[in-house]
Amino acid sequence: MEPDPDFAGRAHVALGDSKLRANFRRAMDGLMAKRKAQFPDPAAWAQLRARGAAVRARSLARLPELLEKLEAKCRANGIQVHWAETPAEGNSIVLDILKRHQARTVIKGKSMVTEEMHLNAHLEANGIEAVETDLGEYIIQLAHQAPSHIVMPCIHMNKGEIATLFEANIPGQPYTEDVDALTAAARRVLRERFAAADAGISGANFLVAETGTVVLIENEGNGRMSTTLPPLHIAVTGIEKVVESLDDVPPLLALLPRSATGQPITTYVNMISSPRREGEKDGPTEVHLVLLDNGRSRVYGDLELADTLRCIRCGACMNHCPVYTRVGGHTYNFVYPGPIGKILTPQIEGLDCAGDQPHASTLCGACAEVCPVKIPLTDILVRLRQEGVRPTSGAVKGGGANRSAVEALVWRGWRAMYASPLLYRLATRALALVGNWLPAGLPMLKEWTSVRVKPRFAAKSLHQLAKEKGIKDE
Amino acid sequence: MPDHARPQRPDKVYFFGTCLIDLFYPGAGLAGMELLRREGVEVVFPQGQSCCGQPARNSGFFDEARAVALRQVDSFPEDWPIVVPSGSCAGMMRVHYPQLFEGRPEAARVEAFAARVFELSWFLVHVLELKLLDKGPPVTVTWHGACHSVREMGVVDEPKALLRQLANVTLVENPREQECCGFGGTFSVRQPEISAAMVADKVASIEATGATSVVSGDCGCLMNITGAVDKANKPLKGRHLAEFLLERCHGA
Repeated sequence: MEPDPDFAGRAHVALGDSKLRANFRRAMDGLMAKRKAQFPDPAAWAQLRARGAAVRARSLARLPELLEKLEAKCRANGIQVHWAETPAEGNSIVLDILKRHQARTVIKGKSMVTEEMHLNAHLEANGIEAVETDLGEYIIQLAHQAPSHIVMPCIHMNKGEIATLFEANIPGQPYTEDVDALTAAARRVLRERFAAADAGISGANFLVAETGTVVLIENEGNGRMSTTLPPLHIAVTGIEKVVESLDDVPPLLALLPRSATGQPITTYVNMISSPRREGEKDGPTEVHLVLLDNGRSRVYGDLELADTLRCIRCGACMNHCPVYTRVGGHTYNFVYPGPIGKILTPQIEGLDCAGDQPHASTLCGACAEVCPVKIPLTDILVRLRQEGVRPTSGAVKGGGANRSAVEALVWRGWRAMYASPLLYRLATRALALVGNWLPAGLPMLKEWTSVRVKPRFAAKSLHQLAKEKGIKDE
Repeated sequence: MPDHARPQRPDKVYFFGTCLIDLFYPGAGLAGMELLRREGVEVVFPQGQSCCGQPARNSGFFDEARAVALRQVDSFPEDWPIVVPSGSCAGMMRVHYPQLFEGRPEAARVEAFAARVFELSWFLVHVLELKLLDKGPPVTVTWHGACHSVREMGVVDEPKALLRQLANVTLVENPREQECCGFGGTFSVRQPEISAAMVADKVASIEATGATSVVSGDCGCLMNITGAVDKANKPLKGRHLAEFLLERCHGA
């Protein structure tokens, strides 16, 4: 069944699923507490965050130059660099490389950009099996689902659901909710796949222009295995991931895992700067780096919207989002859920496809408060709302898609009332007289009163009372 | 808040009543002005004021927001602090006005206006150093920290510090005090089901504290929270901080 095209419609389904809501609430509470414990000192947090934001801002300011530098350095190191403007281009680049190597099975480390490309489906359609090796990704691949979180893809499931899934899909695996036993079962299966794979595909957390290095962090060792065991490694990521120098990496490494999972550092920090060199005993003999644009250049073209590209994909914004916590990741229907998804998806897919996403926010700002690279998420949400109704330029794909003559008229009326003291006085007096008799079935009042009583208009406005009490006017 | 210059104790302040208070909660506005007046500060309430313009801005209608914003700027011409009994409206005027007018001819005038905007509890604590004497009966309350108050105006402990001054008031902390209540202006009617889920959770977290009243500094949140409480016929009461403080000190 196709999901409901409308955010509110999908949210309706998610909100009615009490198990799903409990899974998310419990998981997000845990993640928020863990993150908080990692940043006990507000001054230290502010300082580190300022460094992280500065690194990302500086890197983006020089993006074209750094990408050229990265390409030259990677080539010099023996890493082959490919540019993909669209997901389709990215898919065919990866497929061509794999075909050249007659690869039949591929092991994959976690990569959101390959999710963005729907790479697995493309490979499968061409007879190549892609096996997800990150435990969470492995679980959702078994369940034929999309990730519901960018860091913890199966966070919407609980132990019982995973136990049932493993029992049904892993031969000889009994039902157990014991986490160690479940992990061991996945490890048993994946070990064989690692040993037999023809190629490994991974994402990248950062790319270092100065040294031509792919930085990949992970906790399970599957990233290291995917990038070292098979003879061929293909790293796939977005063009915005580049930073200038190795010195830029430590502040980001200090921010990312702490913001994401509340860990001071991940178990593995992989830095890949070349294929296997002569005399080395392991590592792939061929390494490729595929850099996807997919609308990022367009985002980059707007000074305000470009801050979207600072994102280091920690997921803290969704962990702290009261909307995400209640509707879960699948409600967003695109690869990136939560606040970052709400600003990224409409820019990549267009406001005509995802124009309702920027409105699915109270603008509470919990996301921007924890963003380790200071993305002004709420300001960008509002900017995208504006682009939906009154496009300022061609900055956003599908600009103007949310235009409604009725809404424009309402705001014109609103402006007339609130910008004119005389009209305002007349209108508020009228509302005080008749407001409480407005039928609850009116648009807006109907939605409001679905779970709340009608607000009561006061008999006299503050303007009137202030005047009566002789409070000075000027 | 750190980047907020603390003005000297002024003789006169402006009061910006907010449109919600004007229509629905004028008592909170009067109480706010009275708290200032009791400290020997003369309060001026310009009759030309209306709304900060946030609803239009948050809906993407920036031209309309600017037109209404300018009306406010023009209504508060003197160089007096502008005290606002809402962190959300204060945040709009202090943080978002300068953004809205960036690069426009009015920018300097708007920025000067924005710099004079203060949230009420912050002003009471830091500028007037308000001391309260509780005359009310024992009561247990909890605080709801409005999102924009906390995150745009940096008002976190000030209102609670005021509540703690009241001898007969027991303030119980809500571990989810800073979680959004789900109001979000037009969000509450654009995404009514998500908003409903959020306010239900907010009410549950307040009830779990055992408090009989929830106090907040923002009438948007209060309208949402008490609207849901009343719809469910629950006994919990919601009060605006200004009204609550004044009532306690007046022995009403």
